[in-house]
This record gives sequence, structure tokens and C-alpha cells, in this order.
Amino acid sequence: MYYLYFIMKNLGRKKVRTTLTCLSIIIAFLLFGLLRSLGNAFDQGANLAGEDRLVTINKITLIQPLPYSYLAKVQALNSVAVATQANWFGGYYQEQKNQFPQFAIEAEDYFAMYDDLLSLPEDQMKAWKANRIGVVIGKALVDKYHWKIGDRIPLIGMFTQENGSTTWEFEVSGIYEAKTKGADTSTMLMHYSYFDEARQYGKGTLGWMIIKVKDKTQSEAVAREVDALFANSPAETKTSSEKDFTKSFAKQFADIGFITSIILGAVFFTMLLVSGNTMAQSFRERIPELAVLKTLGFSDTSVMWLVLGEAIFLSFLGGILGLLLAEVVVVGAAESMATVLPGLVMNTEVLIQGLLLVLVFGVITGAIPAIQGLRLQIVTALRRR
Amino acid sequence: MANNLVQIPIISWMNIRNIPQRLGTSSVAVFGVACVVGVFIGVLSMASGFQRTMMKGGADDVAIITRSGATSEMASGLGYAQAQEIANLPGVARSGDQPISSPELYVVVDVTKRTTNSSANVPMRGVLDAAFSVRKNLKIVEGRRFTPGTNELVVGRAIQRQFAQLNVGDKIKFGSTQWTVVGAFEAEGGLAESEIWCDAKVLQDVYRRGNSFQTIRVKLDGENGLEKLKEGLASNPTFNFSAELESNYLAAQSEPQAKFIKAIGWPIAILMAIGAIFGAINTMYTSVSTRTREIATLRAIGFGSLPVAISTLVESILLSVLGGLIGAVVVYILFNGYTVSTLNVASFSQVVFDFAVTQDLVIQGIWFAVIIGFIGGFFPAIRAANLPIATALREI
Repeated sequence: MYYLYFIMKNLGRKKVRTTLTCLSIIIAFLLFGLLRSLGNAFDQGANLAGEDRLVTINKITLIQPLPYSYLAKVQALNSVAVATQANWFGGYYQEQKNQFPQFAIEAEDYFAMYDDLLSLPEDQMKAWKANRIGVVIGKALVDKYHWKIGDRIPLIGMFTQENGSTTWEFEVSGIYEAKTKGADTSTMLMHYSYFDEARQYGKGTLGWMIIKVKDKTQSEAVAREVDALFANSPAETKTSSEKDFTKSFAKQFADIGFITSIILGAVFFTMLLVSGNTMAQSFRERIPELAVLKTLGFSDTSVMWLVLGEAIFLSFLGGILGLLLAEVVVVGAAESMATVLPGLVMNTEVLIQGLLLVLVFGVITGAIPAIQGLRLQIVTALRRR
Repeated sequence: MANNLVQIPIISWMNIRNIPQRLGTSSVAVFGVACVVGVFIGVLSMASGFQRTMMKGGADDVAIITRSGATSEMASGLGYAQAQEIANLPGVARSGDQPISSPELYVVVDVTKRTTNSSANVPMRGVLDAAFSVRKNLKIVEGRRFTPGTNELVVGRAIQRQFAQLNVGDKIKFGSTQWTVVGAFEAEGGLAESEIWCDAKVLQDVYRRGNSFQTIRVKLDGENGLEKLKEGLASNPTFNFSAELESNYLAAQSEPQAKFIKAIGWPIAILMAIGAIFGAINTMYTSVSTRTREIATLRAIGFGSLPVAISTLVESILLSVLGGLIGAVVVYILFNGYTVSTLNVASFSQVVFDFAVTQDLVIQGIWFAVIIGFIGGFFPAIRAANLPIATALREI
């Protein structure tokens, strides 16, 4: 308590300087919170990936379809609990800039597959199944386009219909929600049956298969088993765990983690220098005072703790404010970026790392002045004036 | 006033010569600004490099024809007969009696990226001979062109360097089909260098596309070739195609991603700049307070308060600009020309590009530094101007 009073007094002496140092620490940790959350958002898919789910795509590439008959063969495997399939629709609403993912799927199977992430009220599921052109949409889409149940939505699709038109008519039958924070709700889901009947080319094919294995410790073996089924056929497959699949997709953009760490490194180095310098400076000005303290009977170590305590206190003050500010900004940005970058959340991991960094930051900036304080010789220090 | 004008350079120069005495705090300010400007230029050089590569490949005398509403080449489609009809429309340039028209297929294949060691969507273009005459900047620089009817590939220089198994002579398997790389081409650093090319007919077979294509590129005939072509497309009621200059098309394809990078880069840079401003303010306050006696002496012998204030601002801006220059130079040395590849969301395929530290970016970065220096020096300058002479002289 005694020390805290001292520290507060010292910090309050040059208010402008203390405020400025504190503000730069706030900025450093605000950036930390934002950049780490951003980096995490790119990995979010992988974090939410089910351990017991596999994804099977055409070995050539994701965009090349597979024969529909493959699904039954996979479902027949003993090691497979359930399997379903999905297709990329690739449409947009009114203008090209309004692009969002749309999948053609099998309603019940798809929601059963992702029952850990998505939920759809039962009555809406029923209504959806009864409506050939029905679709369900996620909350992020509702927020962006203000669609509601019963709305008719024409989409310009990548696929031509049998009548030559590329405009597909849909009707909103339900709105699904995320069960887990960060799950993607920016996708529109439509019936595969409608999609496959109406499209001009590619009938009888599927985009990719999603497989739930019976025993998740056997995932790798099941993946090999599935690929072996179709080896040496015209359409060979590549099966991987959902986690690896999303990870390798994220990697296609670039090593986002690497880039954010470089920026963070630059930020911290700068801020460390700025506030470290200020601390050292304010310590230098107070050397005679510290000598007086020692003369009064304060021990070497307590003078050291006084200086170190001041640095750590300031670091925590700025750091916690910065992290709180980051949380506020991330929550705000998550709303508006839900369709571009779903999964933008600041999780506890980031928070804990942030707090640890706050401590390290304080210790580093305070260390040199603190050691100098420890070694301070009363006589020489007093003579310095 | 005239007096002030004389005094400003004198005091400023004196100030600047004294900087070595405050080397510690001054270098912190310089370093802080260097980091801010470095990050700013570094992040935005990604966006500018990406856009440069995307747009370099686009010619102004070539039109690309896609199905109306197709958001990318991959989403487009047209039949062989339609391709023939389009080629013979007015507005398409001819060589002899043949139209210069290149129907193409555009797909992606999984190839392993060297840096991440994981597979990525590499664009593969199925072309006929005409593709080489539509793109005048494209040159085979190693090996030879593929022989029509065989599973041979020619690859862009950029993609060849970033991805595995694409050297001339390499054999590579896409799915169950084996291909041989027989040549490499350059296209003045344009987008085409990120692609793999093969015979369109072979690709049609492998991908089971029948006798269909996805896009057509045509050489335009003169200034109003595009208009004539558009009229021709519109006059046929069975057509649902749109034509656009290749340069405009590629610019549009690069826009979303470049925007995204900028949307993330700017806020980071601005936040960092605010942090650096705090650092600069601290530095300048220190500078003013260590010079208290000097300033007071100057005021006592007749120097005005305005020149004193301005000299503080000059010092701040100068330190800041120095930092900005250092940041720009370091980023230029480290990143300019650094090659990476990313997934262009608009085309769903990899684009290989170099970070481009352009002149524009450097100028913007220096402006950034000036602003930081100005704000950082402003309040300390006011304090310097308002120093009470008598008490300041007594201070040690």
C-alpha cells in the first residue's frame, strides 16, 4: 500500500509525460488485440473444424466435381457414420459485388453433419423441405441484406438453367443460427434436388463430400480407405480431415500469421523503445531523490522495487485499457464484417497472451532503471547535482 | 515580422546542431516514425504490387468476352459454335482472312506451393494457337511450345518459381492424368506468368467439357472496335455475352482484394502513427525542457517567441521526416521485389506478385511522417513560446 502510494505520487508528478506514455502503451496493446484477432479469424475455420469430420474433393482440384454415385459408396463403408455432399453455387445478388457463399446441399443430412455448429428451428426445417426453391440463410446475411422468411431472392448464378437463364429464383424458408461463437452464418443453403434438376450441365455430379467417421482416432485410416475406393478411376479423390482442409485453404492466401507477427513485432519494438526511453528519462531526473530515500533508510531492494513497480503499474494501466479497447473495436467490427470475415472474435487466449505481454513489457521497460536504482551509491548520486 | 523571418532560420539551425546532445530521445522519435512509415509502406506495397501484376497483363486493344453476369473467367461458358460466330463479328481484327480470336478454357489445378508446402489453386488455361497472337507480350524463354494434342504444358515464369514440379522436363500429375512441362514463358511480369498453359482440346477431354470454352479474347480492330463488337453481340438475340477491354476486366478483378488489403493496412498505420505521435510529443517536450535555459537566454537577448516556437516545430518535423526516410529505405531494401503468391478471391486462383514500393507510396509515407512531426511538435512548441523568461533563467 505504502509503495503504491509512492508510485502514484511519482506518476502524478509529470502528468503529461505519464499520460503520453500510457497512451502509447494503450495503442500498442490495442493493436495487439486487433491483429491477433484478425490472424485468428483466418484460422477460425480450422479451430471450429470437427475432429471426426473428413472432406473429400476431386484430386485435381476443389472445383472439379465428382460423380454422384461416389456418395453411396462412401456411405456403405463400415467405418463411416454419415456422409453427405455439397456443391458450390457461386451466385450473386443484383450486383457482382454482392457475392456470398451459396451451397446446394441435402437439408437434413447437412444440418445433422454440422449439428455442433449450426441450428435451424424444426418447423422451419419442415417448411424448407416442403419448398422446392426454398433456402435457409444465416444471421450474417439477414443483417446485411435484411431478408426475412418468405422473401423471394433472385440470384445470378454461375450455372445456366436448362431454359438457358442464369437467374435462379429462391425463397427464404428459414434462418439458421450459429451454436458456437465464430461459426460462419454468411452462407445460403439450397436444395441439391432443385439445383441438380434445373442446371444445364454437370447433372449427376457433386462438389465435395463431407464424412463423419465412427471412431475419430481412425480418421486417417478412413481417409485412406475412401481414396482407395476411387483410385485409378477417372475421378480420383483426395480426402483430408476438415481441419487440414480449412488450414490448407487459408494458406492459399498467404501466411497471414507470419505477416501479422512481423507487424506486431515492429509495433512492440517501437512502443517498447518509446516508453522505455521515457521511463529511463524520468528515472534519471529523480536520481538525487532516490539517493535521499536511501539516506532515509530505504534498502537497495526496496528502491529497486519502487522503480520496477512504477514501470509495471504503468504497463498494466495502459495494457488493460488497450486490450479493453480492442475488445470493443472487435465486437463492433465483427458485426459489419460478418460476411467478409466471419469468426472475428477476441478469444480468451488472446486476452491471456496480452496480459502476459503486459507484464513482460513492464519488466523490460523498468529493468534497467530498476537495476540502476539498486546499485545507486548515495554519495555519488547526491554529488551529481 | 521581417525580424522574425531572419530569426527563424538562425534558431532552427542552432536547434538542429544541438540535436547530438539529445541523441537518445531524438533517436527514439526517429526510430518510432521509421517503424510507422515502414509498416505503412510495407503493407500497402502488397496491395500495389498485386494490382500492378494484375493490370500489367491487360492490353488496351484486346477484348475479353464472357457470359453476361459471370463474375470470373471460371464462371463463364460458351459453346464452340458460339465461339466461331463471335470471332466473325465486326470489330474483331483479322490477319489475312482469319479473325484474331482466341477461345480459351480456364480451370484450376492443385499444385504444391514451395513456401507453405501445401497445395493451392493454380490457374490452368487451355488455349489454341491464337492465344499467342492475341498476347503480344508473351515470349517462350525456355524450351518450346506444347505440341497440340499431347499432354504437354508451358508454364509462366512466376508460377514456376513459386510452385514445385514445374521445371522444364518435369512430369506432374493432376488427378490421374500425367503432364510434361516442355517450356516456360514470360509476359513482362503480367498476370499470365501466374498461369499454366496447355492445349485446349486436351483440357476439354480431361475435364469432360465436350467442345466448349469459357472465354474468348479477341484483338480489336481499331479505335472503335470494342463498340462495334458490343453492337454485334447485342444484335444477336441468342447471345448472352458481354465484352470488355482486357485491361478494364483485370483491373476489376484485382479490386476487391486490393481494397481488402488497404482496408486493413490503413487503420493499422493510423493507429501506429498515433502511437508515434505520443512518442514524438514526449521527445519534443524533453527537448524543450533541456533547452529551457537556452530558450530563455535567447528570449532575453531579444529573440521573439514565434521563431522559438517554429524552431521547435522544425526540429520535430525534421526528425520525423528523417525517420520516415529511414523507414522507406529499409522497407524498400527488404521488401521491394519480394515475391509471394496469394489466392485472388475474384478468380479463385493463385496470383504471383512482387511487393511494389512505388514512388507514390514513399511520398505518402513521407507525408505521414510530416504529419506526425507536426502534431508531435505542436504542443511542445507552444510551451517553448510561453516559457516565462525570468523563472526559466533561474532554472538549472
